[in-house]
Order: sequence, then C-alpha cells, then structure tokens
Amino acid sequence: MPPFDPYYLAIVIVALVGGVMGVCAYLTLGERKISAWMQDRIGPNRAGPGGLLQPLADGGKFFLKEEVIPDHVDKVFYLLAPAVAVGTALLALAVVPFGATTPAPDPVPVPAVTPMAGEPSPVQTFEQQQADYQSHFNFVLAPGLDIGVLYIFALGSLAVYGVILAGWSANNKYSLLGSLRSSAQIVSYEIPLGMSVLGVFLVVGSLNPEKIIAWQTSHGWFVLYMPLALLLFMVSNYAESSRLPFDLPEAEQELVGGYHTEYSSLKLGLMLLAEYIHLVTGSFLLSALFLGGWSFFGLESLIKNPILGAVVKLLVLSGKMLGLCIFAQFVRWTIPRFRFDQLMNIAWKVMIPLALLNLIAVMFVKQFGFWLIALTGANILLFLGAGYMGVLTRGSVSNPKRPVTKLPPGLPAGVTYAGR
Amino acid sequence: MPIAESEVSWVEEAKLGLWEQLYIPALIDGLKTTLGHMVKPKITEQYPEQEPKMPPNYRGVHRLNRDEAGRVKCVACYMCATACPAHCIDIVAAPAPTEWQKDGREKYPETFVIDELRCIYCGMCEEACPVDAIELTTLYDLTGLSREQMVFDKEKLLSVFDTTTKAGTDPVRTQSGRLGPASEAPPT
Repeated sequence: MPPFDPYYLAIVIVALVGGVMGVCAYLTLGERKISAWMQDRIGPNRAGPGGLLQPLADGGKFFLKEEVIPDHVDKVFYLLAPAVAVGTALLALAVVPFGATTPAPDPVPVPAVTPMAGEPSPVQTFEQQQADYQSHFNFVLAPGLDIGVLYIFALGSLAVYGVILAGWSANNKYSLLGSLRSSAQIVSYEIPLGMSVLGVFLVVGSLNPEKIIAWQTSHGWFVLYMPLALLLFMVSNYAESSRLPFDLPEAEQELVGGYHTEYSSLKLGLMLLAEYIHLVTGSFLLSALFLGGWSFFGLESLIKNPILGAVVKLLVLSGKMLGLCIFAQFVRWTIPRFRFDQLMNIAWKVMIPLALLNLIAVMFVKQFGFWLIALTGANILLFLGAGYMGVLTRGSVSNPKRPVTKLPPGLPAGVTYAGR
Repeated sequence: MPIAESEVSWVEEAKLGLWEQLYIPALIDGLKTTLGHMVKPKITEQYPEQEPKMPPNYRGVHRLNRDEAGRVKCVACYMCATACPAHCIDIVAAPAPTEWQKDGREKYPETFVIDELRCIYCGMCEEACPVDAIELTTLYDLTGLSREQMVFDKEKLLSVFDTTTKAGTDPVRTQSGRLGPASEAPPT
C-alpha cells in the first residue's frame, strides 16, 4: 500500500463505485433472467445478445422519464430521501475489502530494557514492518480502519433514514405504511445481524475485515466454526436489504410500491439501486467474515507473481460475492413473503436468542481454551435444539397453537362454538 | 339450515416433525424445485417471429361468407345488427339482383359495415345469423393507422373470407358451402 496519494485514491474510488454500479445493473438483469428461467420462461432477450444490454436500456429509461414531484409531498425531505438512501449505501463500501488485502502490522512493543547491540530497536522493527506493509497493495478504500465492520453497521442503520424520509415526506398512506414496516424490520434485524458476527470478532480479536480475512487464511474459514452464525447473518442481511422473503416494505400486493410509491424517474432508480448496493455490500461482508475473503483453498498462495496473485484474489472475492448475490436471487424466487408477525417472531424469538447463545458458546470456548471445532458442535446443537423446541410448542414458543377440539354432541342447531 | 354434524368432517393440521421445524430442509426442497425448473425447456412463444396457433373456435376478426357461386351469403335480415350488444354492425339492404332471385334470394346487403373498434368480439352476430353468413375468424393481430381504417366494409369482410379459406383456417363453427335453412326455398 503506497502512501496516501489523491490521484491513486480517486482511481480506486471510481473503479470500486463503477464496478459496484455495474454489478447492481447486471443484478437487475440477473433477477429478471433467473425469475424467468424458474418460471419456464426465457426472460428479457431483445436488447442486445441474450438481453445483455437490457440494464443499459433500463438505466437510460430512468434518466429520460418524466420527473414527477407530486404537489402534496414535503419537497425538502422528498428530494433528500433518495440521496440519503444511495449515499449511505455507497459510503458503507469504503471499508469493504474487494480483493487482496494485508492487515496492518500490530504495534511494536517497546521493551523496558534497551535491546542488545545485535537486535533491531523497536523503531527499526516498526519501520521494517511499515515498509513491508506498504509494499503490498490493499483492495480497500480505507485500509487499516480498526472499527471497520462497526462502521459498515453504523451506516447500514443510517440507511433506514432514507426509507423513513421517503415514506413520511410522500404524504401517502402506502408510502407511510411501507416505511413504518421497513423501519421496524430494519431496527429488529440489526440486532441478530450484529450479534451473529460478535462471535467472529471475539475469536479474531479485531473488527478490521482485513485482519479477519488474514485469521481465516491461517485457521480456516469461519463457516466451518460458526455455520449457525453464517445462517443468521445471511438471513438478517436479506432482511436488511429488504429482499424477499422479507420485502414487506414494498409488498406490491398490499402497498402498491411501498415507500417509493410516489417516486418516479431517476429518484426511483436511486431507491432501487440503494437496495442492490446493500445486497452487494452485505455479500462482500459475508464472504469476508465467514467465507475466507480472498482465500480459496490455498489456490491464491500457488501464484507467486504479485500482480497475477492480486488479480486472482480479486476474482475469488468477487466470485464469492456474485455467488452469494445469485443465491439471494434464487432464494427470492423460491420462498414466499412472510407475514409481518412471522417476520417479527423470527427476529425476536428465534434469531436473537440463537445469536446470543452462539455468542455465549464462543465465550465459553475462548475462556476455557477448547478446540475451535467445539464451536461447530455447539452451533449444530443450537440449531437442532431450536427445531426441537419448535416441535414441542408446535411452531411458536410464546403463542402455541390451540389444538383442534371437536364440538360436544347435543348442541342446538347452528351453535358452532361452546366455549373451552 | 345449519349443517348437520354428520356432514362435518374434521381435518387435523398436519403435524410438523423435527425435520420440518428445522426449516432449512424445507427451504432446500423448495430450492430444488425452482432450480430444477431453471434447466427445463421453456414454454415462451417468441411472438412476432413465432406466431401462436389459435384454437379454431377463437373469436377474432369477422368475415362475410360466400356461397358456392361466390356471392355474399348474407340475406340482409338485420338479425346480427339487432343482436349486437355494441351496435357496431351497419347494414343497408337492397333487393337482390334478378338472377339471384331464381335461387330464392330476395334481399342482399348493399353495404355491410362493421366497426372493429367498437366490436367486443362476443360472437352474438354469428349465433344470430340464420344463414351462417357472418363468422368470427382466428385472425387476432388486427392493426390500423386510423379509426377509419378499422371500419371494415363489405369488400374487406369478404376478402377476410377469401384469405382465411385459402389459408385453411376456417373457424370450426363454419358450415360454409351450404346455405342455412332460412335461405333455402320453402318446401312445396
């Protein structure tokens, strides 16, 4: 990583934002194609070979459509909302690793006694480490940010402001209902989202995604140790980016368009773009935290050429991200939408307790120095235990289903309910 | 009247075991279904290149049938215009030419105009027609550049008959070739 250079940074910013925008554009095409294939259709195939130019046509359409600002909206917040939505989504990309990364060196301890003549002084060690660190190239906009993942979560929860502002300023009951649902949903799912990765931070001892990736290359991916945490993180991530089965904020059948009902033209495009950027950021984060980032079963260490190695790492991480995005689309077109009470039940009664128990298991393992593989067992046990509790209580712990009782014989005609 | 207890059958909700309550196996089952469909043959019809084959009783553009001699079969009885709920048929009747009168034809339509934009394609006209002179064909892609173009006169409707008969796409309701009972000479 060379020292700070504004031109170089500008190039990286343009490349990252452009790349993510391109991925988002083609995710819309992928969404339509996958839904079409799953429904035995062909999908968009008129613009370009196989419909490959469809995202360009869609984007152009967003630019050229009439910009309608209804009279009844609160203009300031109405115009601010798409900017907030996309701005926060893009800002979160700053600390997301998207290629080869090297963690910043730890601080050098200064010994109480002066070192002997042959040994390097702490200053020399520090300079040596810094020079070594700067010789590597980091595919992160803001490398070495020690609160890395915390920063992403903070901006992720700011994203709800875009939704609330949009729904509230539009002065439309559909928009307001959609934004209220969305805020309740995002606030609820923040908790399992954050709690499921706390275990990762405890094990690694750092919030910095580069360090987490480096830990995984030497110890194995976290998906091996915490499959349950991965599941919780993935589900909460879908809820955070309000994708099906958690797309209640914009349930077409109930809310017309949800919080972006009153938006048209490019403002609508920005609202939709923000959701896809959230999906991409979440997928990058998921592959960095649980799927080993740029490591791929030792493949990357086989390549000695530094430039080629960087390209391979970039491809591996982007491939993992794309795979997760496509998996999200498979899930989207497979699982129907939850009811709102089911959505809240899953967050508060299933995912948060599971995440907490997982955290406790990690603490036990750390405290008593067990093998990390014990975590896998604990995770599987927790998962099975949750299922067993579901069986015992017929689905819901706090609100078990009433068993069907036959009416007692001899009731007068027409009486269908005789009390319990 | 309330339902008798003997006619009520009680259905218990299926009990979910551990496997179902784990949710993930059910999810994987669902994914298997949808992913299986991704590789199945597609049923999309690429419309402008690949034209759909309409069922032979489809109700599309009208046609005016001809008899064996190539004359218009219509006897200008106004039954179709009367039956039409959209009032889109306009007929002007005239006495049939003398050589037609040998076959028992007294009237024929001097003009026969259907406003295809007004028509709701309900098929009442062909049901009302006593001589099976008007029929709805399987032509569905009806386009025009102006409203006037979409008002079909007698020649246009007869040409629809010619094209559909030549293409072998007669509607199944057709009895073309034989005049209906009303146009036949009364039994002596």
